This record gives sequence, structure tokens and C-alpha cells, in this order.
Amino acid sequence: MHIVFVIAAFIAILAVALICIFLFAQGLPTIFEIGPSKFLLGQKWTPTNSNPAFGILPMILGSIYVTAGAILLGVPIGLFMAVFMARMCPGPLYRIIKPAINLMAGVPSVIYGFFGMMVLVPMIFDAFGKKFDMMSGDSMLAASILLGIMILPTIISIAETNLRAVPQELYEAAVALGASHERTVFKVLLPAAKSGVMAAIVLGIGRAIGETMAVKMVVGNQAVFRLPHEFLKGVRTMTTNIVIEMGYVEHGSLHNGALIATGVVLFVFIMLINALFSILNNEKASQ
Amino acid sequence: MELLIKKIKRKKPIDWLRFLAVWTSAFLTVFILVYILVFVLIRGIPHIKPSLFSFTYTIENQSLFPAIVTTVIMIVVTLVLAVPLGVFTAIYLVEYAKRGSKFVQAIRTTSETLAGIPSIVFGLFGYIFFADWLGWGKSILAGCFTLAIMVLPLIIRTTEESLKSIPDSYREGSFSLGAGRLRTVWRVVLPPALPGVFAGIILAMGRIVGETAALVFTIGSVIKIPDNLFSQGRTLALHVLQLSSQGHYRNEAYATAVILLVLVVGINMLSTSIERKFKESTK
Repeated sequence: MHIVFVIAAFIAILAVALICIFLFAQGLPTIFEIGPSKFLLGQKWTPTNSNPAFGILPMILGSIYVTAGAILLGVPIGLFMAVFMARMCPGPLYRIIKPAINLMAGVPSVIYGFFGMMVLVPMIFDAFGKKFDMMSGDSMLAASILLGIMILPTIISIAETNLRAVPQELYEAAVALGASHERTVFKVLLPAAKSGVMAAIVLGIGRAIGETMAVKMVVGNQAVFRLPHEFLKGVRTMTTNIVIEMGYVEHGSLHNGALIATGVVLFVFIMLINALFSILNNEKASQ
Repeated sequence: MELLIKKIKRKKPIDWLRFLAVWTSAFLTVFILVYILVFVLIRGIPHIKPSLFSFTYTIENQSLFPAIVTTVIMIVVTLVLAVPLGVFTAIYLVEYAKRGSKFVQAIRTTSETLAGIPSIVFGLFGYIFFADWLGWGKSILAGCFTLAIMVLPLIIRTTEESLKSIPDSYREGSFSLGAGRLRTVWRVVLPPALPGVFAGIILAMGRIVGETAALVFTIGSVIKIPDNLFSQGRTLALHVLQLSSQGHYRNEAYATAVILLVLVVGINMLSTSIERKFKESTK
């Protein structure tokens, strides 16, 4: 029976190996066929032209912009909320809020996307549409706000766990020295939980950069090169590039390869973020 | 503790600022969640009609019944694939492996890696490997295998945690009575850990029900009750996606979103209540 357990564990490893092998085997040749610098730094994505160009820089930047926006909006609220749940929430309220945050993590991204489409996008259009001559409310801003909401439960639950893990002695020592409750939480507990809090943020970044459907429904999806200050205009992210064009692409074409290669680039981004996450976690463990 | 906090006075304005920031964030978070839920419910509930549950889908009725059947099939097949694999892996990690061995580290790293991969990458892989390379085409089966890999780390982690929460005295007691390792795991450790395992499985169900990005290229979007595992299909979440992208079915989209939301909320509440009972019983 021992061997059955080993085999099961082995299959989990096999799955990751297969994902790596198949993605890279199909994506890397395309990257080299197009030329790595042309692919990664090219500003033009016109896959269906007679003289096609496959540059994914606009999409890489698009992913970075909306993720940065999400972090800007989601991290402060998420961290304050984690502080609230770990140290300031009255007990009876906690028993309601904790499951609510779990539920927030469980709401499918298509529901968030639908909500963004029906509420956020019109709201942004009403607020800025006339002033800035917008075509629609689909924009980086809409995607950033929506992603900022979607990463909240991730940041909250991990940061909360880490704040709770800070030894109670630290709290008591600070209070005994005359610090107020708030001061103690912000000046003693948060710094003590620093690497755990960073880990929460990093995981939030991973969530945001990998989100697909919700982003697709609100981001506009124009594959054009944008600068950060154009946040009221639409962009396309790496994830939405794949999901939009994969549906109609000709099988075995260079276009098909370029989409898989986009997935490879996304995968590399995620791997870097994961590595950062585990470094932070190890740091926490060694403290 | 509570008393202590009340006695410490907020001395400086900055303390009030911190206090305000924390409570505002808390209020905002809860408000957003409630707003999303209430918005979908209010818009959707009036449009839930019996015709939405017709046995076959037509353009007029936009029935979601085939999507529900497909979703249920997806849940069952995916769990049949992923649960034994995940639970056995967790048993191996907690009960058999030497802590800190190379193999254990490899499993841990892979499981963490899998947990971080976005669902669109799973979808891409499922399309390349199951649908294309293995020649299954866009099918329920390809979708189920893709999702099984996706929920695997979740099941491994929750099972691991609930096995670890069983005190070592159980194992020692069983060993000292002469039971072998397998019997100990099966008859002594696993039964009290089961609620925790179930909570994880139900959480995985929630993921399966809500998933879209991993499924668009792996199961297709044909909306009918599938004949076999090689037919294409459309789950409830995919159905919401399709309806919302077509402007003239907004009402049906809202109604379908309500059904999806109710399903997901129900699954989540079930998982939470099982987990809570489990924690109380192991205390």
C-alpha cells in the first residue's frame, strides 16, 4: 500500500513537469522563430495582417499596469482589514466577517467580471467619459479597481494569519511601556510580521497578474502600446490576449504559437512571483 | 485582554487616524462584498422563470438546465480523479515520508507551484496536452483532467492540515496496540480527520463550479446535456460568461448569475460549517 501513496505523490510532480514541458516545447520555438527581442519588446501586435507582427510588449505592460493599480488600491485596504481582523475586531463581529471574507474568495471571477461590466464600467464612464472623451468605461482603471477588490481576500487572510502569529509578549511589552493599542499594532506588530505581510502582497500580485475572465470583461482589450498615465484607456493583458484570440486562431500557425508563447511569458512571471513568495516564507520561518 | 485594550487611551491624533483607517477599510470591504451580492440578487431574481429550467436549450428560453447537468458531471468526474490522488499524496507526506527528505521537498514545491499557476495557464496546458496531444478534442473529459490538476494542491493542503491536527498520541496508542502503519492511518488517524478532508473537497467543488478560464479551450461551449465524456459542454459559469457577452440576454445573464452565486455561497457555507464542527471536535 505504501507504493500507492508514493505513486500518487509522484503524479502531482508529474503534472507540473508536464505543464512546463508542453508549454515550453510549444512556446519557445515560436519565440525563437519570431526573435526573442522582437517578441518581447515589439510594440505591435497585428497577428492577422498580411505582414503580421507579434510584439507582446503592450500586453506585458498592460498586465503590469493593471496589477500595479490593483496593488495600489487593494493593499492598503487589505492590510488595514487584516489589522482589523487580527487585533481590533470584536469577537461576535469576527464570527460573521471571517466567513464573509472566505465567501469573497469563493465568488467566481465571472461574477466579479459581470459586476464590473454592469456597475464599475458605467460608473467610470459617467464620471470621466465626457471630460476625457472616452469611448466607453472599459479601461485600465476599471480593471485595476476590480482586481483590487478581487485580491482583497487573499491579502487579508494571509496577512491576518501572520499578524496573529506575532508573539503576544511583543504586544504586552509595548503596551507596558505606555504605547497605545493602535500604536502598538502599527509600530510593533506590523513590523514584526513584515515578511509575512510582504508574502501576502506578493501572492496578491500573483492573483492579479493571472486573472483572466474578470479582466477581459472590463479592460477594453485593445492591443496597443500605452503609457501609465493613459489609465482611462483600454489595454490588453497577457491573460486576455490568450483568451480572446485562442478561440479563432488557426491550428498550428505562427499566431497559435505566439499565443502559447504569451502563456510561457506569463508562466515565467508567475514563477518569479512564486519564488519571491517562498523566499519570504522561508525568511518568516527562520525568524 | 479586552479590558486591557479599553483602558489604554488613545493619546495622539495619529492613533485616531489609525483607528479610523482600520474601521473604514473594514467597512469598505464588507460594503463591497454585500453590494456585489445584493446587486446581482436584486437584478437577477425577478428574471428567474420556469422556462430557464427547461429540459432542452433553445434560443428563446436560454435554459440553464443543460449547464447545470454539465456542471454536476464535471464536479463528479473531477473529484473522482483528484480526491484519491490528493488524499493519498497528503497521507504519504504526513504519515509515511521522512520529514525533510528530497522527495517530500519536491512534492511540496510542486504543490506550491501548482497552487500559484493562474487558471488560464491550466487551460492552455489542457488544450495543448489533453485536447490536442492526446487527441481527446474539446471535451468534458479534457476539462475534468485540467480541473483535477488545478484543484489537486487545494486537496493536498487541506488533507495535510487535517491529518497534522490529529494528535500523535492517537498514532502512538495504535502502534502500541500492535497495529501496523496502514491500519493506523486507515482506522485511527483518517476517521477523525475526515471532516477536514471533506471541507477541502467542498472548497474544491466551489473552484470547479466557478471556473471559466481553464475551461474555455478545454470543454468548448456547446450547450446541451452531454451524451458522453467526449462531448463538448458548457458549465454554469461558462454560461454566465457567454450570456453576459451577448448584449440582448442581459436578464437571463443576471438570472443565471444568481443561480451560480447561490450555488457557490451554499458550497462555501457548507465548507465553513463542516470546518467549524471539525475544529470544535479536535479541540
